[in-house]
Amino acid sequence: METDTINNSFKSEEYFINMGPQHPATHGVLRLLLTIDGEIIKKVEPDLGYIHRSIEKMCERDSYQQIVHLTDRMDYLSSHINNEAVCLAVENALEIEVPERVKVIRTIIDELTRISSHTLWWGVMGMDVGALTSYFYGFRDRELINDIFEETCGARLTMNYNIPGGLMQDIHPNFVKRVKEFIAHFKTKLPEYDKLLTGNIIFQKRTKGVGVLSKEDAIAFGASGPVARGSGYSCDVRKYHPYSALDKITFNEALHTEGDSYARYLVRIQEMWESISIIEQLIDNIPEGDFKVATKAVIKLPKGEYYQKVETARGELGVYIISTGGKNPHRMKFRSPGLSNLSLLNHITVGGKIGDLVATMATIDIVVPDIDR
Amino acid sequence: MTNQELQELITSWFSGPESAHLEFTEEGSQFLNLSIDPDYLHELMSWLKTNNKTSFDYLFCLTGVDWGKELGVVYHLESTTHRHILVVKVQTSDRENPVFDSVQDIWPTANFHEREVFDLFGIKFKGHPNLKRLFLPEDWEGFPLRKDYVDEVNMVVK
Repeated sequence: METDTINNSFKSEEYFINMGPQHPATHGVLRLLLTIDGEIIKKVEPDLGYIHRSIEKMCERDSYQQIVHLTDRMDYLSSHINNEAVCLAVENALEIEVPERVKVIRTIIDELTRISSHTLWWGVMGMDVGALTSYFYGFRDRELINDIFEETCGARLTMNYNIPGGLMQDIHPNFVKRVKEFIAHFKTKLPEYDKLLTGNIIFQKRTKGVGVLSKEDAIAFGASGPVARGSGYSCDVRKYHPYSALDKITFNEALHTEGDSYARYLVRIQEMWESISIIEQLIDNIPEGDFKVATKAVIKLPKGEYYQKVETARGELGVYIISTGGKNPHRMKFRSPGLSNLSLLNHITVGGKIGDLVATMATIDIVVPDIDR
Repeated sequence: MTNQELQELITSWFSGPESAHLEFTEEGSQFLNLSIDPDYLHELMSWLKTNNKTSFDYLFCLTGVDWGKELGVVYHLESTTHRHILVVKVQTSDRENPVFDSVQDIWPTANFHEREVFDLFGIKFKGHPNLKRLFLPEDWEGFPLRKDYVDEVNMVVK
């Protein structure tokens, strides 16, 4: 009888809290509805739409040249790669073969974009688990890439450098020199990242065994990018459906099989090394030639359906165009990597603690405008 | 499997091909496209996922489409073992109450994507455990990605 009373007075109770939309660890306007019991998570339900701009509807009104500009605003950390996805889809539909020079430049900037995105992620990842120094390290190195973009593309974030048929303008005369300087600099800095976080015992304890995702679940939930590759699922679009200059170079797909947050962390660190290697293979061999081929001022795609996959810093971006032959698409769908990656969050965080949810979200690397579109 | 082999295998699953209205086409698309009667959708999808020869385990894109008269859903499937791709399409001319079977029990990724289609097209998915709007507020009227959607205040105009 006495034990009964004690048990009752310590009865646990489920309750509900909001995480976001202004929570610093949700990286933008993502609202998570958490059902918790003490510190144990019972359910995570994302509430989306705070930054939904209906880009797919706007595409139905815009010309194909205009659509390219809208894609910057999805996953803004992979803006160049998003632009490229639309341009490739349009070029394939029109059967335009872009010059080799364009392909090589596109791939170099793709990989610079990936490094830029991953350095930002690395900085914020450290901050999310309580290590503020990494934030400044990451932003210091990312700044150098932004300077290169600014010189060549005219913008630092929403670059708009790709157009259907090629590039907006040729690369800046300093481009090759500055990229080489950056690579030399970054090669000395990446080992510092390892010293600061990768080998840090506190960081490892926060991430190892946290948010474990099995390979089967990764495929079933449609995961892609570093999230899927941390679970041993080989899915790199650059390997399986190479585009631009990717068929000319060799690189290793970063794969880890543990499936936890630490594995996803290691995949991204390794991807930065691979991106460096890809850039090094191409930077001395940019072919001479035109930076674009002329297209008609009004682009009309032949009636049909076109699908183009690319690998952004977050995973597989799909562009699906249904054309009825007019100057606007009948339907334009963006298969964003973020939405599928977010949909597995509930699955891998239930039963863990709130602090682990933050660490897991950091390694899923969500960009909310990419999810909301 | 090649597209030809896929086509023969899938046709053999449905003893009377007319009954499921199977229609294969590669015209105007880089993939093999298959339209099917919505009544047979769930059956087909389960087979595509579980059959060893097809094993389409990766649903990489789920799109709602308004064809003008008909509303439809397009499923892009890929097999991570065989690396072949198939596009499955269903459509209905019932614009008041369009309903298809949910495939989220076959591919959990469909859970969010079907909610997105419901949100923007008003297509319902039978068997979906949590079918509510994904992006727009609960009290939003109408379905913005439909071609006949009119909203004079917020509409993006030319």
